[in-house]
Amino acid sequence: MGDVRLMKGNEVIAEAAIRCGCDGYFGYPITPQSEIMETLMIRRPQEETGMVVLQAESEVAAINMVYGGASCGKKVMTSSSSPGISLKAEGITYLAGAELPALIVNIVRGGPGLGTIQPAQSDYFQAVKGGGHGDYKLIVLAPASVQEMNDFVDLSFKLAFKYLNPAMILSDGVIGQMMEKVELSDFKPRWTAEEIKEISGSWATVGKPADRERNISTSLDLDSAKQEIFNHKLQAKYRAMEENEVRFEKIACDDAEYLFVAYGSSARICQKAVEQAREKGIKVGLLRPITLFPYPTKAIQEMLKDVKGILSVEMSAGQMVEDVRLAVNGKVPVEHFGRYGGIIPTPEEVVEALEQKILGK
Amino acid sequence: MAKFKGAIVVDTEKCKGCGLCVVACPTKVIELARDVNGKGYHYAHMANADACIGCSSCGLVCPDTVITVYRVKAS
Amino acid sequence: MTATTEINKIISKENLVYNKTSVLLDNEMHYCPGCTHGVIHKVIAEVIDEMGIQDKTIGVSPVGCSVLAYNYIDIDWQQAAHGRAPALATATSRLMPEKYVFTYQGDGDLASIGCAEIIHACNRGENIVVFFVNNAIYGMTGGQMAPTTLEGQVTATTPYGRDCKVTGFPMKITEMIAMLPGTRFVTRQSAETPGAVRKLKKAAQKAFENTRENKGLSFIEIVGTCSSGWKLSPVKSNEWMKENMFPYYPLGTLKDE
Ligand SMILES: Cc1ncc(C[n+]2csc(CCOP(=O)(O)OP(=O)(O)O)c2C)c(N)n1
Ligand code: SF4
Ligand code: SF4
Ligand code: SF4
Ligand SMILES: [Mg+2]
Repeated sequence: MGDVRLMKGNEVIAEAAIRCGCDGYFGYPITPQSEIMETLMIRRPQEETGMVVLQAESEVAAINMVYGGASCGKKVMTSSSSPGISLKAEGITYLAGAELPALIVNIVRGGPGLGTIQPAQSDYFQAVKGGGHGDYKLIVLAPASVQEMNDFVDLSFKLAFKYLNPAMILSDGVIGQMMEKVELSDFKPRWTAEEIKEISGSWATVGKPADRERNISTSLDLDSAKQEIFNHKLQAKYRAMEENEVRFEKIACDDAEYLFVAYGSSARICQKAVEQAREKGIKVGLLRPITLFPYPTKAIQEMLKDVKGILSVEMSAGQMVEDVRLAVNGKVPVEHFGRYGGIIPTPEEVVEALEQKILGK
Repeated sequence: MAKFKGAIVVDTEKCKGCGLCVVACPTKVIELARDVNGKGYHYAHMANADACIGCSSCGLVCPDTVITVYRVKAS
Repeated sequence: MTATTEINKIISKENLVYNKTSVLLDNEMHYCPGCTHGVIHKVIAEVIDEMGIQDKTIGVSPVGCSVLAYNYIDIDWQQAAHGRAPALATATSRLMPEKYVFTYQGDGDLASIGCAEIIHACNRGENIVVFFVNNAIYGMTGGQMAPTTLEGQVTATTPYGRDCKVTGFPMKITEMIAMLPGTRFVTRQSAETPGAVRKLKKAAQKAFENTRENKGLSFIEIVGTCSSGWKLSPVKSNEWMKENMFPYYPLGTLKDE
């Protein structure tokens, strides 16, 4: 067994970053995720692994520090919560446009505007459909446990470097603030300059030796024909992600006649709701998307031969439900149930919604 | 002090005819040509070559770095 | 001996005293005739060449006319979002402390949209060099008012002249930056005469030496022209600059520690 501890989700993000050989964290305080930077400041990874931790003057600066660090072929990250992610949107689309790997953590709170500091899932569209301008996609991972907060840090960096694309961990205050048992990852050393040269030498801006052309981190191409070709390349990359990187979990789906689709903290609630519904004799299962982009569209479609209706459960006014409906394409009824503004639904409410909206009781 | 004689070579196709070298030259060597280059600019050239002292002033101020300067000690 | 043959004798390798540094690429610059950006690029490239730091220097280009600076100086580059260059440079320098990192920014980029990023990078004393090109206008977008636009100056968005009661005052950001303890070397230069270019080059060299010695942030403002934005010829632009810009933005070193 590795290093097993009882920790908060946010603290685990920080610990996992140090352990996976992250080179730099740049952030700005905002509830409910400030523990990530605070934990890093207490841990002083500068002295342990050489990881740089810096409190920036704003989320805008933080994401642009990430852009600079990512341009150097380094493993760099930032974290924030909803209003801060809105500010980072510019930097995120630049990262995507310059094809740079990076990790962005969003511990979502209720909105719009300054909203509330309580948990929500109302940034799904922002994470999955854009948020910034242009045709780009983030790899979006939605942890449903403190353990996954740990595991997805390293996974995000792996995927980000595999596809040269920013990745986002989309979580919320429920999981960020929750204490749970977690097996921490083993320590991995940070990449050396030689390793960076090997892994990212064709693009990283580390200083131009005489034997290669200059490397340039840029998202600019004024030539429309070239810009279109570049966009084709991006789209091909996103299709490859859809082919290879879809992750999801199915719970009690084998004999399911009805289905919950829910991610992150809503999936935890739905897991309880599945038990309660089954006690009442309703054969319902849960499909939990782990990657929100790429979305488990096919996994939902494969369920359609058996299920008679789907309830998308989210702490939002109904965002992911659109992707469920796209997958289902009218074949069975799809409804949304959500509480929002920082209210967390109970399993009882979820079962009741299933009965009313899908079973028609 | 030794006196110098100089000469400049202007990459006339890359010159944009801004005239800054003309102003910078202390001995009024350079003029803009009546002809234009491929881009339509009146390029710089040595109109008064004998006066060039190879001081590099023109080269220093040229925004497009299209002037090369040579210099020899005057005999 | 005819004049031509004499010239041809002078024009030979051993008599060469000034030519383009190889750190400056052969790509034709997209700048308007007479644009100060070209002179500054050349100066930076020459200093990089002479200091032998081409393989250790990373430039950060802004949004503005010099967005494509990476096409001209043969080093690794990062292209930043509008105003954000100091944030990129911060991370780059901290993650690779042995490198020479500089930003190159216009007055709109640095003093307007990127005001927060530059002030805080300066305040943290990042070990970087900042080249700040003040041409009192937004060149790239067609000559609109910048924070540095002079009182009464006509631009596309101050067609009747800048009225400071409405738009605020021409911003002396270099003076503000000199006040910050994080900065080591703060200077205001120009590039319109051979002497000015030589001084600018010395300043640039000193700035990169500061980086080498890990001294912190060096800030070089260059008061320059934008003949297209000002709607004057390049030569007239220099005259206008001397008459109007220099009194308000006096040249010289504000801080050298
Ligand atoms: C976020 C954003 N806002 C506005 C612009 C449009 N824009 C491009 S360059 C520029 C002004 C540049 O002026 P300056 O920094 O003075 O540079 P110059 O062109 O004068 O050298 C603006 C407003 C942009 N590209 N991005
Ligand atoms: S300064 Fe350079 S570009 Fe301008 S006219 Fe002279 S040679 Fe041509
Ligand atoms: S080298 Fe000096 S003298 Fe000769 S043309 Fe240039 S500025 Fe004039
Ligand atoms: S618009 Fe102004 S700043 Fe831009 S290239 Fe032309 S002269 Fe230079
Ligand atoms: Mg400007």
